[in-house]
Amino acid sequence: MAEEQKKTEYWRWTESRWTNPDIDWKQGGIVSAGVDVGSVSTQAVIMVDGQLYCSSSMRTGSDSPESANSAMKWALEGTGLTTDKIQATVGTGYGRVNVPFATKAITEIACHARGGNFIYGPQVRTILDMGGQDCKAIRCDEKGKVTAFLMNDKCAAGTGRGMEVFADLLGVHINDVGKMSLQVDTEPPPVSSTCVVFAKSEASGLLRQGWPKEKVLAAYCSAMAHRVVTLLERIGVEKEFAITGGIAKNIGIVNRLSKELNVTPLKSDLDPQIAGAIGGALFAKVLFEKKGK
Amino acid sequence: MITAGIDCGAKNVKVVILEDGKVTGKAMAPAGIDAASAAEKAFDDALKMAGCGREAVTKVVSTGTGKSEPKFKNDIVTEVGADARGIHYLYPNVRTVIDVGAEEGRAIRVDEKGKVVDFAINEKCAAGAGAFTEAMARALEIPLEDFGPFSLTSNQEVPMNAQCAVFAESEVVSLVHRKIPKQDIARAIHNAIADRITSMVRMVGVTPDVALVGGVAKNVGFVASLKEDLQMEITIPEDREFVGAIGAAFVAADAK
Repeated sequence: MAEEQKKTEYWRWTESRWTNPDIDWKQGGIVSAGVDVGSVSTQAVIMVDGQLYCSSSMRTGSDSPESANSAMKWALEGTGLTTDKIQATVGTGYGRVNVPFATKAITEIACHARGGNFIYGPQVRTILDMGGQDCKAIRCDEKGKVTAFLMNDKCAAGTGRGMEVFADLLGVHINDVGKMSLQVDTEPPPVSSTCVVFAKSEASGLLRQGWPKEKVLAAYCSAMAHRVVTLLERIGVEKEFAITGGIAKNIGIVNRLSKELNVTPLKSDLDPQIAGAIGGALFAKVLFEKKGK
Repeated sequence: MITAGIDCGAKNVKVVILEDGKVTGKAMAPAGIDAASAAEKAFDDALKMAGCGREAVTKVVSTGTGKSEPKFKNDIVTEVGADARGIHYLYPNVRTVIDVGAEEGRAIRVDEKGKVVDFAINEKCAAGAGAFTEAMARALEIPLEDFGPFSLTSNQEVPMNAQCAVFAESEVVSLVHRKIPKQDIARAIHNAIADRITSMVRMVGVTPDVALVGGVAKNVGFVASLKEDLQMEITIPEDREFVGAIGAAFVAADAK
């Protein structure tokens, strides 16, 4: 029935899972896991002897323990590996205390620094983690140890949530907003309202004036990039610089951010969204080794 | 002498006609997408009530977010200045004015002459403005006009963690899923916005008498929460939405 047809969920980003074909867990070694239960997405990562073995990234449901379980189950799918073979697990993220099978809960700040260090290498000194409902600027040393951080978790401006509101308003899928925002000949002035609620009304006004969606997205992406830059500048950006979290995949934000900061973020083939879970799995490995001594 | 004051707000345009220090006409119209024509309409309605034509009006002063919009204005005054002048006419004993509108919140400290001593404004964040309660009423599917009275039927306090209106909306949804009674959620929402406003008011100091003006002053749920936070009586003018316009009309008269 037409009435029952669900409204298109533009915010619904693509879930994914991955297995490293070069690793065979049966060869032995320490099997450790990290589960990052965020406000919007949950990632599970399994590592064998500190090497990335498999991962999953999916939406967080209304129940954190259940989300942790399903991400873990999906990561393990088809590998033959079972949860009882995992020697230590670290829970992290917004719902870290609700990871049922975790050996320990560690903050996402520490895990993102550690995971960023793994993904982008020891030269990373500044990590920007842009998540679904918060944004963190983290400074770390060559071991991925946190030396300072700043965080915004109070306001939706500058978080994935704000971007979702715009995707929904414009009817553009969240996976496409970044690319679409770059399809403008000249960069429009940024949306002037900070608050997402007010920015949304401002954008409606712009649409009424006849602005195309691309231009509105460009205006919002540059406002958002600017907002994040102010957070970063408060803590100072030391090279090398890397971005983790879901918004690292939004090229519209990343490009504008790099331009304003005049710093090019490091690139990697790995999914920037699993950085927190990778950090968790690396910490879990250390926990297991300590226990053995 | 006849003067007019226009308060061109984010949501409504208010017009007041003042004749020799007395309000003789007032009217309000939704600002919509064309505040200039809304102002024309409200001006004509107010003149009709006052029983005079545009030519009788000596001076028109405009205030509010859209203060530059009305074509028939002669001058403008800041929202802070207008509120201070308006409250001085209505309640000369008031020293602290709290104005909560659709998209802004203001706290103003005035002296015994109605002069502004200090003020604080929030125009950046919906969490301290009417837009917050509006969004939350929508999330709870309760008509805005029933929202305040409905929250007063609550008999338990539920904490709200989110400050941001966007995050609060998700929190409201999860509270509904947890089967928390809607009236308790409504109360938590009013407590949340009252907390935001209170911390802004404390920046200028809370000196009695305290008056609350602006559209959100109509919301009895918010008023109850604010009284609880400030721990004092709050004066609410009958013409709570017209205080800025009254002030603007007086500014016009004062200037001659």
